[in-house]
Amino acid sequence: MIDRLTDFVSWFFVTGDPLIYGADVAIVLTTAAIVFVLTYFEKWGWLWREWLTTVDHKRVGIMYIIASLLMLFRGGVDALLMRTQLAFPDLKFLSPEHYNEVFTTHGVIMILFMAMPLMFGLFNIAVPLQLGARDVAFPFLNSLSFWLFFIGAMLFNMSFVIGGSANAGWLSYPPLSEMTGSPGVGEDFYIWGVQISGIGSLMTGINFIVTIVKMRAPGMTWSRVPIFTWSVLSSCIAIIVAFPVLTVTLALLFLDRFLGAHFFTMDGGGNAMMYVNLIWMWGHPEVYIVVLPAFGIFSEVVATFSRKRLFGYGSMVFAMLSISLMAYFTWLHHFFTMGSGANVNIFFAISTMIIAIPTGVKIFNWLFTMFRGRISFQTPMLWTVAFIPCFIVGGMTGVMLSVAPADFQFHNSYFLIAHFHQVLIGGVAFGYFAGLYYWWPKMFGFKLNETIGKWAFWIWNIGFYVCFMPQYVVGLDGMTRRLNSYSWDSGWWALNFTSTIGGFLMGIGFLFQVWQIAHSIKFMEKDTTGDPWGARTLEWSIPSPAPLYNFATTPLVTDRDDWWEEKERIAAGKMPKAKPELEPIHMPKNSPIPFIQSICWFTVGFGLVFHWLWIAIPGFIGIAVTMLVHSFNYDTDYYIPVDEIQRTEAKAGRGA
Amino acid sequence: MRISKLRRLFAMGAVMIGIMLLGTGCKSMIVFDPKGPVGLQQRDLIYITMLLCLIILVPVLLITAWIVWRYRDKKDNDAPYQPVWSHSTKLEIVWWSIPIAVILILAIVTAHYTYALDPAKPLESDKKTITIQATSLDWKWLFQYPEQGIATVNYLVIPEKTPVKFELTSDGPMNSFWVPQLGGMIYTMSGMATTLHLQADEPGNYMGTGANFTGRDFAKMAFTAKAVSQTDFDRWVTEAKAGGNALSEDGYQMLAQPGTAGRLTFASIPSGLFERIVHEYSMSRGAPPGYTLKAKTLSEEKESAHTEESEGGQLPPGNNAQKDAPDVRGFGQSGHPLDHRHMNHGK
Repeated sequence: MIDRLTDFVSWFFVTGDPLIYGADVAIVLTTAAIVFVLTYFEKWGWLWREWLTTVDHKRVGIMYIIASLLMLFRGGVDALLMRTQLAFPDLKFLSPEHYNEVFTTHGVIMILFMAMPLMFGLFNIAVPLQLGARDVAFPFLNSLSFWLFFIGAMLFNMSFVIGGSANAGWLSYPPLSEMTGSPGVGEDFYIWGVQISGIGSLMTGINFIVTIVKMRAPGMTWSRVPIFTWSVLSSCIAIIVAFPVLTVTLALLFLDRFLGAHFFTMDGGGNAMMYVNLIWMWGHPEVYIVVLPAFGIFSEVVATFSRKRLFGYGSMVFAMLSISLMAYFTWLHHFFTMGSGANVNIFFAISTMIIAIPTGVKIFNWLFTMFRGRISFQTPMLWTVAFIPCFIVGGMTGVMLSVAPADFQFHNSYFLIAHFHQVLIGGVAFGYFAGLYYWWPKMFGFKLNETIGKWAFWIWNIGFYVCFMPQYVVGLDGMTRRLNSYSWDSGWWALNFTSTIGGFLMGIGFLFQVWQIAHSIKFMEKDTTGDPWGARTLEWSIPSPAPLYNFATTPLVTDRDDWWEEKERIAAGKMPKAKPELEPIHMPKNSPIPFIQSICWFTVGFGLVFHWLWIAIPGFIGIAVTMLVHSFNYDTDYYIPVDEIQRTEAKAGRGA
Repeated sequence: MRISKLRRLFAMGAVMIGIMLLGTGCKSMIVFDPKGPVGLQQRDLIYITMLLCLIILVPVLLITAWIVWRYRDKKDNDAPYQPVWSHSTKLEIVWWSIPIAVILILAIVTAHYTYALDPAKPLESDKKTITIQATSLDWKWLFQYPEQGIATVNYLVIPEKTPVKFELTSDGPMNSFWVPQLGGMIYTMSGMATTLHLQADEPGNYMGTGANFTGRDFAKMAFTAKAVSQTDFDRWVTEAKAGGNALSEDGYQMLAQPGTAGRLTFASIPSGLFERIVHEYSMSRGAPPGYTLKAKTLSEEKESAHTEESEGGQLPPGNNAQKDAPDVRGFGQSGHPLDHRHMNHGK
């Protein structure tokens, strides 16, 4: 009996690696510390009322951002583990199995549990405020989306200490990810972690499309919609078409693993290339999903910090929408080397190159927004300016990769790795950092420290080039991705070592950002203006942080950069726009159901990972019950009375 | 202000260093040091692409630097400031048409080279093409020389200036066959055979590798492709045949077990082994039973005489092998029992 128990424990928990034991201890200590602090300061009720059950888009946004920064830390540590292993030839720092887990986790976390939630966080913070709306269209659904993402991320991360992580690469190509290639539970953790958070992403896509279509303030015609909101719309259109493909693909893979189906197996009629096609039909639009909002952020930032209107608004909108459409016709460029005929490769090569056209136009428009403007280099703008050369080089190597016969020499090499990190860090991460710095005062009512921010910026940027430029070279020298070690004869050492230095520089840059946040919280200077950057769109017309109801009275929009024009009118001595009388504000009530239902989803996921139906079935029942309870709950909203609005507005310093 | 100037210079410097690193490193990079016609054309294509991209890249980087410098927010900056100017149809036409023109040229170049470098297309040569059948296993490469009747593991010997037709498959997760100095890679996938034509123009040891992740010992799947003169090649074949060790069916099953291997040479190979590896999986997809049998007989025939015509008969319709695929309906309706040997499914 005891033997069986110890066998079970050593199978259930990951054992045998000092790094893992360290993580075990850290997890236990952190959990204990959190529980202690919450209990000691009697904050459990506060946590429950203000955060866990909230449906307020601003709080949901903040929770997304906190979660994504934690995931950035985790994914970053994975990256540094890999770079350490590759710093010297034949190093035995990580075993091959462990290395494979680490690069798989790094990819999944950075794309799905870092970039996506940071993006959703910024959507949540900015979009309703830019539209002059009280909240998103479906606040309850929004909260559920967040908790599904969070639970999915936790389920995936848990595999680090329980059961073992996925180790077949971030897209889990079969037949390696089938039972024959990966008999452990790692792949199931991957499937259910991604699946559950993917449902959340799909719902967020729907939510924001409806919000943008239906909840724009009066007077906000399509030609007056802020450019970031346009980028969110184009990204969400891509989400609602692409994510169902991911759901189906992972469901089929799970059927293969759980029921012994043969969709992607080597025998029994399966075909692994079907999976590769399907996963990239989601995977390629996915990279545009994450980069389009970054384009939107750059557009907002570049106009604000050049104190000039965005150049070529119409072109910018058209370019983004065309990118989100074209994204569906390029997936095959991820496997030109499967040996398909020339016609197929030519089609996908050209469809890929075509995307460079609207992207190039956007670069010119950003440049000409700065042209004849007045550029001030505060942190959001610094990231934007650094983005432009970085993204042009990354885009150029992307075009090189799209040339199918040349891709035969680039594919799966470090050249490819350098390319997609350059567009994903130089495009997406730089963009989200710019957005985070830009909207931070709107979220919390104070700016982040500029001096430390600039240090972080420079260390990050230098680290980036030191890390990834050598990777282009080593790729052309024949080093393929996912190698856990290489020999001295290969001649790759110097480049890899340089790259590792760059990786650690980026890590230090991240630490500077953490320090920046901590320092700014301690020595914060309250922003009393609500508009610390001299910005242009509606979110800056209200106090920082935005009150619960956002706008005391719904704004009437008359211009594209409505707030900027209003400020110009006031500066010219004209009358500001008249504001209507205050009325009670209709608001959604908090709900515990998203949180509880997500716990049920976690139970389902956990049960199915271990193929323990006795755990999964109660989870399914819980989901059904919470859905029913919510369906029959009619007490979902309330009104904020006028006198409370007046009190809030007076306290914020901008009386109604 | 002074400090921020320095910083900007520094940023541009970083970009430039990056580009220089790319430029100067070219000589040592094996992709830029091809030793065969395919690699050579691919290198030229890469140069053309780079050039086309640089035509846009360099001016745009310069313009960016100039704009950022010229329009910085400084008290005595006398540069024009037009905060409302945000549209110019003429300018927008210019920068819609620049990338369109470049992409148009690139598209034509790409289309041309895609046909020219179709990996399934035989190379032109007055020498007879030799065939090598490569199988990616967990975690080693098996190379069969059907015409010579020998096989190697983890190393290749090819005659120089002779076109080589690689038939590629996998008995395990998909991998990718890549010898950068000879030319680009093609996937190896179970249940189908892909084709790749390469040629070495001079003797030498060229690095080869598996380029698609296949699990634990993926990093150990490097191999050497050694190009030698025809006489050396013939001598090597004779030595290999005399060397003794034969690859038996059981030996193959052992070899296919997950694990690494050193360099091995086999003096003979079981007839039709490669075809059976490919068909092992495609059979379960409902290929007619005679397919395997035909493959077997054909490769037996092949030993006596020619290769060119019969080759087409062995490969199932998988990707670029498709154009060679024979009409299978006339074969093997006699209901022969299938070869039930299970080839290394359970790992």
